[in-house]
Parts: sequence; structure tokens; C-alpha cells
Amino acid sequence: MNKPLRRIAIFCGLLVLALLLRDNYIQYVQADSLRTDSHNRRVAIERYATPRGNIIVDGDPITGATETKKNGINDFVYKRTYKDGAMWAPVTGYASQAFDASQLEKLDDGILTGNDDRLFFRNTLDMITGKGKQGGNVVTTLNGAAQKAAYKGLLSRGKGAVAAINPQTGAILALASTPSYDPSAFAGNTNTDAKAWNKLQKKNNPDDPMLNRALRETYPPGSTFKVVTAAAALENGLYTTADQRTDTPLPYILKGTRTELKNEGNIPCKDATMRIALRYSCNTVFGKIGTDLGKDKMLAEAEKFGFGSEQLTPVRSNASVFPKSMDPAQTALSSIGQFETAATPLQMAMVASAVANNGTLMKPYMVDKLQAPSLDVISQAEPEKLSQPLSESNAQILQSMMETVVKEGTGTKAQISGVTVGGKTGTAQHGVANSEKPYAWFISYAKLPDGSSPVAVAVVVEDGSANRGDISGGGLAAPIARDVMKAVIDSKK
Amino acid sequence: MSSSTNTPTHHTSTIGSIGAPSRRNTELALLVFAVVIPVFAYANVGLAIDDKVPTGLLSYGLGLALLAGVAHLAVRKFAPYADPLLLPLATLLNGLGLVIIWRLDQSKLLQSINQAGNAAPRQLLYTALAIALFVAVLFFLKDHRVLQRYTYISMVGALVLLLLPLVPGLGANIYGAKIWISVAGFSIQPGEFAKIVLAIFFAGYLMVKRDALALASRRFMGLYLPRGRDLGPILVVWFISILILVFETDLGTSLLFFGMFVIMLYVATERTSWIVFGLLMSAGGAVGVATFEPHIQTRVQAWLDPMHEYMLSQSGVKDGIIHSEQAMQALWAFGSGGTLGTGLGQGHSELIRFAANSDFILATFGEELGLAGVMAILVLYGLIVERGIRTALAARDPFGKLLAVGLSGAFALQVFVVAGGVMGLIPLTGMTMPFLASGGSSVIANWALVGVLIRISDTARRPAPAPAPSPDAEMTQVVRP
Repeated sequence: MNKPLRRIAIFCGLLVLALLLRDNYIQYVQADSLRTDSHNRRVAIERYATPRGNIIVDGDPITGATETKKNGINDFVYKRTYKDGAMWAPVTGYASQAFDASQLEKLDDGILTGNDDRLFFRNTLDMITGKGKQGGNVVTTLNGAAQKAAYKGLLSRGKGAVAAINPQTGAILALASTPSYDPSAFAGNTNTDAKAWNKLQKKNNPDDPMLNRALRETYPPGSTFKVVTAAAALENGLYTTADQRTDTPLPYILKGTRTELKNEGNIPCKDATMRIALRYSCNTVFGKIGTDLGKDKMLAEAEKFGFGSEQLTPVRSNASVFPKSMDPAQTALSSIGQFETAATPLQMAMVASAVANNGTLMKPYMVDKLQAPSLDVISQAEPEKLSQPLSESNAQILQSMMETVVKEGTGTKAQISGVTVGGKTGTAQHGVANSEKPYAWFISYAKLPDGSSPVAVAVVVEDGSANRGDISGGGLAAPIARDVMKAVIDSKK
Repeated sequence: MSSSTNTPTHHTSTIGSIGAPSRRNTELALLVFAVVIPVFAYANVGLAIDDKVPTGLLSYGLGLALLAGVAHLAVRKFAPYADPLLLPLATLLNGLGLVIIWRLDQSKLLQSINQAGNAAPRQLLYTALAIALFVAVLFFLKDHRVLQRYTYISMVGALVLLLLPLVPGLGANIYGAKIWISVAGFSIQPGEFAKIVLAIFFAGYLMVKRDALALASRRFMGLYLPRGRDLGPILVVWFISILILVFETDLGTSLLFFGMFVIMLYVATERTSWIVFGLLMSAGGAVGVATFEPHIQTRVQAWLDPMHEYMLSQSGVKDGIIHSEQAMQALWAFGSGGTLGTGLGQGHSELIRFAANSDFILATFGEELGLAGVMAILVLYGLIVERGIRTALAARDPFGKLLAVGLSGAFALQVFVVAGGVMGLIPLTGMTMPFLASGGSSVIANWALVGVLIRISDTARRPAPAPAPSPDAEMTQVVRP
């Protein structure tokens, strides 16, 4: 009986060997991927085991951390808190124990939790000296005063969004969206947090407060798009100055159709110069320019301004749209910001900033630097040129046109004493057969006496409460843009 | 092998019959380690969780030392030549199990779902009962061959034990498997005890029938085909194990009994053909049952794609099947432990929730002691099994050999099935890690199993009595100058 016994002994040894091999496979070979699997709750437990680092504006944190009472089931120790959460939500995103994280909180999670590889050396040192792990900070480019002005202005109007950029660097100064949400409301892991979260979801809340309108919503840009059309006309040599007579009939019949392109009201658009046409916002002049240039030239210019591509700030913004296949009539409509043209507020702020920056479009960004817990700088953002939508001289022609709009045109409400302001209003019709209330747009930039241009801004107001007749870019959106620009200029002093 | 113990020249043992040292002091020295290591581990858990040495440390340490001491004294008195490794190995595993059960008791999450809280004191009580049974086995069972007399009573006993969970009002269906009976508030898994009783029946039966099974067969394609009437018993046992599988939805137990029977049959007959039949029949049975038993299908799915099963369990799919996240949770626990583990008390294996301290207790070892700790545990189990088989090799009677290899083989299969299931090597079955897992039936039955092995090893290693002086030899030696 001993021979089979020895074989059984070997068999049992093989069983143990199989277990040992399997154990090595899951605890050594696969260990890392299992350990860092996002469904593995330990990842979240570790994320909230130490206070998160902060997101910083103007040198002060707009976030914080509080210790949650460890009750029976909650295994997370620290909870995120926000100062003026609703105002800053389009910048910070949220970090929730129950609902993961978004935007900066998500993208820079490694720095904020202290798990980033770039902090490895410091973490190791801290482990040896017995210090607990700490998170690093994310220092943003935003301007607190500008953000406050933008948010306050939007709140008084209902729904809308503001994006403000420093034209010379591309640094984002304000990014507001209303209605907004307070990320503190669902930062924890309790039933109250879950209720707050559910209330904010689009399916339960038609206002969709968690939508970041400044980056993720594309609106028909309306007449503000005429700035792009004017740039295309200058760049392609269709007209070489602002004050050249355009050969525009009134009424203007859309090419290939019998439809008349109408202007808002009785305004002097017949053969108007581009300066006059922009000042009064003539649909006929810019519609004809679009048709004359053709869709390819229009598309090329729009793409130079950033249409058609997502912007990573590092938070992603949706790509704005200039349609690709159109007949000449549709090209005319697209060139005055209708038909399928759609833009994010960030995109329109980029248009204004490229004009203000003498034709050079800088890449928008909102993280200035990443700091280690010790405040050492881990990475520093450098301004980066994105494209050159128009030449310096053409940019200056366009500037003088936009400044006329504010000085004596539709945008007078954006005037700031002692500062040169250029702008363009827009009232974008939308809905089937224009059934819904239009969007009020305003894009503008400010220029100081020394010639520098510290801010370009785009404002869109989706005002459901105003009377239809009262809705205009000049009336609703321009005052908000003025307050934002003023806040930036005042904070420079 | 019809040897009797007093003809030393014909015995088949590999151990010399004369002068085998008793090794009791070796056992005592090893036991010191087996008690000290868990005590340190216990202190370690307390320091990690509460930053202080746990208050129960002294009573736990003394309790474990006392139990180990009593067991050691019993072995010294009643089985002085027993294998010196078995008792320390079992004590060490049992002690470590207690520590981890206590550690999981501290988890607020498990307390909140009523899966832990006071499992450790209960387990210590069960361990005391188990040691008492262990001592009783050594005291009452002076010679294991006595058990041969109870061959058929054992068969009846095993069947009764196995079928008890199916008795209405007595059996309890807990989480899809009907393997418990509930008596006066206590849940007992009769299957754990049936394992030993069934091994006694198989050993007794095969000792009598092995020649018939081995010799009366025809050769067919290189295999020895036994006669139908000899094939009968294996078919009956196969059928019963399938019945268990079907009615109690307990894949583990049926695999265990069937595997144990095949191993013993193979050892008894020395015919490889039995292994082939055994494998074919168990594979056939398992596939057959898996085609219509949803409980087992889920487990196979969870084994093949644990992540998918986890997502189903999270999304609350209502398709009449209870989806389980445990397989994936266990893998995460192992993976998060990595090579060296998080340290005792510092993991999050409570996320496994149900059965974290019983069927899945190895995952906690994996997370907190890492690859190194789990390999050590597996080697400890391997040592118990190999010492058991060595006992079988050393035993001088076929009954003892069969019983020892049956018990060791069953132990090895149980460890493989449970650890393999928890680690995702094979589909999960509802069985407990011997000695480690929380649960009275398991710890008591396994201590009894070790008691029987120690009894056999004592008999096997005991020096044979010196040959009686032979008058013939006396005479031929008279050669004097």
C-alpha cells in the first residue's frame, strides 16, 4: 500500500503547490492592478483618510476638509468642504465620498490626495520622519473679484454663464455658471448627501444645476459671431479697412432662395461699412460676407479661433461648432451665428481675447501651478500660443470696430470710465421657429491706457423671466461683462 | 499486509520499530512557539486598532497556553510516541484564527450587519470544547483498530449526519446552502463530523474488500475494469454525493467525500483505474448538476468573471439569482495586501462582509499578512497533511493506513477547495478553513481529526515489544570452545 500512499503524498503536495502559485499570482503579479482598481473601495478609503490638499484662488483656499464622525459604516475620515461652493463649482468640480469627483478635484486628485508619483520622494521622507501623508495644493489662475462679479451678475438674471480670460496669457480669470450647486451638500456619505445629489441630477431638476455652462454647454452665438465673420473678411482681403463701403443691397435675398434676410429693426445697413454694420449689428452685411467668402474660408477662420476642437483647461470644454456642409444661404445664416453654429462661452471669450491680443490666440488654462504639501512648486504653467486667427494690423482694425460698438453702438452699457472697451452684443434666437426666448450674449475686452489688455469676457444669459422684447445682449449681458472687467482692472491697481 | 505487530521482520513501516524517540520535548518546544506567535499577533492587532495592548491579552494568552498545555499533557500521557508536529501545527493555526476572528470582531461595519462582535470569545469556548474532545479521543481510543468494529454503524451514522440538514424543522437554509442544522439556538454543520465517520466506514469496508476490488477485474485498454458488483459501492457513494449536491447545494462537501473515497480506494487497491473512474464520474456529476442548479451556476460565473458578478450585485439585477460580490471583494483584499500585507488590523477585509470571518477568513490573512503570511499558512496546512500521510506510511495495519490517508486526504482537499475558492483558483464552495475559520463544528471536528491521526501515529511509532526469547535460538547459540 505504500506506493499509492507516496503518490497521494505527492498529489497533496501538488494541491498545496497550486495554491501557492495562485497566491503568488494574485498577491504579486496582479496585486497592483487589484489594489488600484477604481471599484476597490480601499482606493476611496485611502483618498479620504487624510485631509485633501486645497484649491487656491488669489492665495487663499476655496476648499477645506473636515473630519467626519466615524460612525458604524462610514470608513471615510475626512470630508471635503467648500467656501462659496456654488460660485466656484464650475472651477473646482466636486469631491464626494459617495459620488467620486469631477473636474479639477478629479483631474488633480493625485496631487490633492498626495498620491501623485511626483510626491513619492517627499512621501517616503515623511514616512521615515513619522509625519502623516498630506495632500498638495492646486493654485488656479482665477480672480476672486471677477468670479464674484460674474456670479452675482448671473444670479440676478437667472440662468447663464460667464467666461473671462487674460488675453495676453490665456489664463482663465472667471468661470461662472448659474444655476449652480454647492458641492459641500453631497461631499459626505450619508443619506442626506445622497438626497442632495439626487435632487441635483438633471432627471430630477430641469434646470440641470450640475451642468458647467461655461465649458460644457454650446449655445447659438448669435451676432457675437459677426466678429469672426469680420475677421474672415479682413484676413481674406474681402475688405481691407473698417470704413470701406460694402456692396450690400437692402433687402438682401439669401443666395439661391427667395428668402429675405432680415435685420432687427430699421437700421442703416444698405451698403454699410463693416464698422457701421457691427455697430448696428446688420445681419444683411455679415450674411452677405459669409456667402461671398464661402463656407470653406469661413470654416478655416472659425477653426483658427478654436471652433471644432475641445479645449483642455485642463478641465475639458466641449468643442464649439461651425457647420461643415452648407449651401450659400446656410453659410450666410451661420456667419451671423445662426443655423447650426454653436459656441461655448469659453469659445466666445477666446474670440474676444484673440482680437484684444492683436490677433494672437493664447491657449486657455486655469491651473497656474501645483504645489507639494511643503508649498514647493511641482509644476508651473507657461502661457502657450494656440493660433494666429488674424494679423496684428487686421486685429487692430477689428478692435476699432468693436470699440465703436461700445462707444456708440449696441454695447454702450459696457462702458468703463478711463478704460477702452471693445465688444459685441448678440441675441440668439433658438427653439423650433424661434419659439423659445432668445439668449442674450455679450463678448468684450478691456484695454488700459498703456495698451495692455488684461481681460476678455463672454457672457450668455438664458433669461427665462425677462419679457421677450426686452431680451438683448446689450441690455442683459453687457452690464455683467462690464462688472467682471471692472473687477479685474480694480484688482490690478 | 496481513502482518501482526509482533513480527518486526515483516512489517511494512518505513520507520524502524525499535528505539523511535518519543519526541515529546520537541513537541513542547514547538508548542511554545505555537502559543507565543498568536499572542504577539494579538497584541499587534490591538496596537494597530486602538493604539494599546488589548485588555484581553493576558486571558487570551493564558487560555491558549492552558489549552495547548492540557493537550500536550494528554499526548504525553496517552500517546507518548505520537508525531510531534501535528499538535503544534494545529495549535498555531487555531491561535492565529482566533486572533483574526477577534480582529474582525472589532470592525464596526461587520458589527453593524451582525456578522461579528463576539465571535472570538465564542470561538475560544469552542476551542476549549474541541481540546476536550481531543483529550477524550486520546483517552478513550486506546487503539485505533477498535474503530474497525464500527464499520457499518459508521456508515449509517455518516448518512444520518449528512441527511440531517434535509429534515424539515431541523435544517436551516443559510445563504443558499442547506448544510446546517439548528439545535437550541446553535448551528451545527453535520458535514464536518460526517467527514471523520465516513473515513472510518471507508477504511473498514475497503480493508475487507480491497483484494476483491483489486484482483477480480478484466483488463481493458490498459485499465483494470472492476466487476459490476465491486463497482457498486463507488457508484453508491457517487450517487449519494450527487444527492447532497442537489438537495443541499453543497458542492464542497460532495467533492470532499467523493475525493476522499477515491483516494482511499486507490490506496487500498493500488489500481490507477479507480482514479480515472473517479475523475470521470465526479466531472460528469458536477457538469450535470451545474446545468440546472442556479446556485452553482452563479458560483461558476463568479469564478470565471468575478468583476462582472460584482457589477451585477451592485446594480441590483433582479433575475431570481442572488449575485455575490464576495469573489471580487476577496480578490481585492488579496491584491491590496500585496507581498508583505498591510499589517495586522490595518486592512479593510471587512468589506467582504458576510462570511468574512468564516469561509473567507483567508482573505484577511492575505490582506494583512500578505503573500508571505498566506504562503506560511498554506505551508502549515501542507505540513499537517504530509505528517498525516507519513503516519499512514508508518502505520502497520491496513485499517490504520487507510484511515490516516483518508483523513489527511480529506483535510488536504478541504484546504484546497476552500483556499482555492477564496483565491479564485476554482469556483467557490461553502466550506470553512480548518482551524482558522470561525465556527464550532469546524474547529471541534478538525481537532477530533487531529486526535485520531495522533492516535494512529502513536501506534505506528511505538517501539515493537522485543521478540520473545526463543528456546531454539538459545540452543543453537551454545558454541563453546
